[in-house]
Amino acid sequence: MKWFWCCFFTFWPILAVIVCLASPSLGWWFPGASASPLGERIDDLFYMILIISAITFIGTQAGLAYVLFRGAADTDKDPSHKAWFSHGSHELEVIWSVVPAFILLFIALYQMDVWAEYRVKDAFPQQKMRSVLERLGQERDEDSSLALAEVTARQFEWRIRYPGFDPETGDLLPLMPEPQATDLYAVNDLHLPSSSPVMINLKTMDVQHSFFLPELRIKQDAVPGLVIPIWLEANEQRTYQLLCAELCGWGHYKMKARFVAESEEDFLDYLHRLHEEQNYDRVENSEDVAAE
Amino acid sequence: MSSIAATAGSSDHGHSAHGEDRLALLKAVPFWSTDHKVIGIQFLLTTILMLMVGGALALGVRWQLSFPWENMPILGALFANAGGQVSPEFYTMLFTMHATVMIFLVIIPVLAGAFGNFLIPLMIGADDMAFPILNALSYWIMWPAAFCFAASMVFNDGLGPNAGPAAGWTSYPALSAIPEAAPGSGWAQFWWLLGVTLVGVSSMMGSVNYMTTIINMRAPGLTLFRMPMTIWGMFITAILQAFALPVLTAAGFMLMADRVFGTCFFVPSGLVVNNAAPTVGGGQTLLWQHLFWFYSHPAVYIMVLPAMGMVSDMLSCMCRKPLFGYKPMVYSLAAIAGLGFIVWGHHMFISGMNPALGMTFMVSTIMIALPSAVKVFNWIGTIWGGRPVFNVVFLNCVAFISMFIVGGLSGIFMAAVPVDIYIHDTYFIVAHFHYVLFGATLFGVFGAIQFWYPKMFGRYMSEGWGKLHFFLSFAGFNGTFFPMHLLGVAGMPRRYADPYLYPYLEHLLPLNQFMTLSACVMGFAQFILIGNIILSWFFGKKAGRNPWNANGLEWTAPSPPGHGNFDIPPIVYRGPYEYSHPDRESDFWPQTEPPEAPKPVPQQDPEPAPA
Ligand code: HEM
Ligand SMILES: [Cu+2]
Ligand SMILES: [Cu+2]
Repeated sequence: MKWFWCCFFTFWPILAVIVCLASPSLGWWFPGASASPLGERIDDLFYMILIISAITFIGTQAGLAYVLFRGAADTDKDPSHKAWFSHGSHELEVIWSVVPAFILLFIALYQMDVWAEYRVKDAFPQQKMRSVLERLGQERDEDSSLALAEVTARQFEWRIRYPGFDPETGDLLPLMPEPQATDLYAVNDLHLPSSSPVMINLKTMDVQHSFFLPELRIKQDAVPGLVIPIWLEANEQRTYQLLCAELCGWGHYKMKARFVAESEEDFLDYLHRLHEEQNYDRVENSEDVAAE
Repeated sequence: MSSIAATAGSSDHGHSAHGEDRLALLKAVPFWSTDHKVIGIQFLLTTILMLMVGGALALGVRWQLSFPWENMPILGALFANAGGQVSPEFYTMLFTMHATVMIFLVIIPVLAGAFGNFLIPLMIGADDMAFPILNALSYWIMWPAAFCFAASMVFNDGLGPNAGPAAGWTSYPALSAIPEAAPGSGWAQFWWLLGVTLVGVSSMMGSVNYMTTIINMRAPGLTLFRMPMTIWGMFITAILQAFALPVLTAAGFMLMADRVFGTCFFVPSGLVVNNAAPTVGGGQTLLWQHLFWFYSHPAVYIMVLPAMGMVSDMLSCMCRKPLFGYKPMVYSLAAIAGLGFIVWGHHMFISGMNPALGMTFMVSTIMIALPSAVKVFNWIGTIWGGRPVFNVVFLNCVAFISMFIVGGLSGIFMAAVPVDIYIHDTYFIVAHFHYVLFGATLFGVFGAIQFWYPKMFGRYMSEGWGKLHFFLSFAGFNGTFFPMHLLGVAGMPRRYADPYLYPYLEHLLPLNQFMTLSACVMGFAQFILIGNIILSWFFGKKAGRNPWNANGLEWTAPSPPGHGNFDIPPIVYRGPYEYSHPDRESDFWPQTEPPEAPKPVPQQDPEPAPA
């Protein structure tokens, strides 16, 4: 029986490794390669930790299997031969404290850059964000917001506010902290230009929610009372999933929305369409009539 | 204090010393008792009952994840409306109450309450706890707590299946603070908070008691560095409880005040919840997260350190070998506990707190893996060169190590902030904490039940049934929880009543069904454990004082020990791990056995490696 148990404890880590190796081809892995440059770096960090921990996992489980088999074999020997009377080894303790310490410290320090770029506002690619806004023809000055849209979560939907167009010049306005008469609105449908960093402001009207774009590896909680800037950059022009990752009530699972990354022209077209829908049947029409 | 025990044998207290009434402790269980052993067994039986309750709730969760919106068998008929379909409200209640029951009514009380109570006085040679009445209260207050939790499941603004608290075991405001925010955020949330507070009172009474007992009531000769690891684990846990718990209790009262008296500790102004009038206020929801995790991160160590201690003791005994690196083991326990106070922010990386804090919490969190790693290496070192007995106790201990490795490694992924951006609040985290809480702690507890059962009831538990239980639990456990890592990597969020609403998760349904099947195997296997415990009361092989040839003080007392524990007051001459000493005939050397030769035994000499 003891051999069975030795094999048992050897077998399961092997099975675990096999399952992990097979899982990408079974679809039990990332939802596609990362669709954003920052996400690619997150994936790289993930794989780095995966390799280090796979080595540790295999090493420690193999060590465990070894001492089990060894112990099982030794009990078969002369029963008067006792176990190794050892209280430990100072050298080993030093080795297995210092080596992991350096590896762990390395892992920790190696993460800093990506985190800073993702979250620390000074490390945002602000220059690039500004040039997108300029290419969109936004009427900006020095302290206009870098955010292109404001996403407000509420039970159980995402409300999106874009800046509207200047009624005089027809140019895109900067996003103001407070809602403006010219603002444009959409629900559960976030459109942004692709292929360059864009920033949005995240808010919530009621409880906590979390803005989660799995394909872009982006997640940020929306916190009552706070406005949290996040930025993202979609590599491709396509539709991505947007979901909520923080429990927000019974309907948490159905805060389903989409994020459409499109070219800058298409994005402007989209805003114009929103503008027309929102102003349809109102001022322009009556003015047209009056002009005739 | 143990001098009282000297007379116990001759007085009428010591009846079970005659070894006749093996169920003496069990018979006292239904009644008020201030005997630490009875209280320990009361806790043990209650937590096993709660384990089954929590397990049933978990199977409800698993049902919905593998057969979404289909009528739930058995439980459905009792609970859910609409003919047994799991509604989303019911689903949030299921996972909230599953976690609540498992954490507050199973894992914490089974370690500190059951084994802490039963073992501390016995292992340090005391006749009882320092404050026996406080001790009894700490058990009986669990019932009002359980009542509050039960009430929270059924009363809300009326009776109904969908009424339960719905904010998760973490109860983040504003969801939990504003009654309009969720169907379960009305009275259900109030009952829930009251329950948590009562559980906290229980833990606090235990904690004060354990600290006092361990500091003041050790047998002569039992210096700190001769204490078994179990006692170290319990001691450090008690310190953690004492320092961390007041924060949670205070936070609980603040949240209660927000809900009942209209204060706004956690509610910022201007929130419009469910079309109710906007909130006034000026509080901060993040404050709750800080306070909650300031307690609950140390609490996750409260849920594992005693098990680490017990596993160290059991391993050493079952391998007939001294514990490898006793002092590093003690220091790493202390390091985990100390670091445990400065890592709470790793639950909040994505929460919107200052990103610079995220970096510091990342470093401290990753460094906490170091003492964990040291412990793993030392456990493997303990088996190394030993003569392991492959019995149920040993198998469960090996499972503990093997599973803890997985939980520790997955912790590093989440501690790395950028990676956590993606895996936070996905099933990866669910996998992580089940590997440490079930995989490590609960397997350790299964081993501990088997190991100390003879001391409790004077009989062994069945090895055969124990092995079957172990095999099914282990296979079921890994079948259920290992795939959760993969679900997490695939981006499946936790706490979703229906993840398949999202096309990128649809193909995960078959895997989830497999996991539910495994969970059923694991869940029903626990009936074997219960059967084994009950049948062994009557039919188990009879055990003497020291059935495992172990060194600890508890094995010098009768099985079961009478009131006052020891018929001979123990005096301690050495540490608890002197197994297989080369100069001795037998392969163990009880702590109480006086040294034969007057010359001191050199213990720290370099030993030759096994041939
Ligand atoms: C090697 C040491 C460990 C590290 C580095 C670690 C790291 C982490 C991190 C970073 C999180 C937060 C993940 C997130 O929410 O995004 C977490 C969650 C958690 N950990 Fe650990 N952990 C370790 C050991 C443990 C142990 C020993 C236990 C319990 C016995 C434990 C129990 C938990 C629980 C219960 C949660 C989830 C709480 C929740 O969100 O519901 N961890 N861990
Ligand atoms: Cu949500
Ligand atoms: Cu933690």
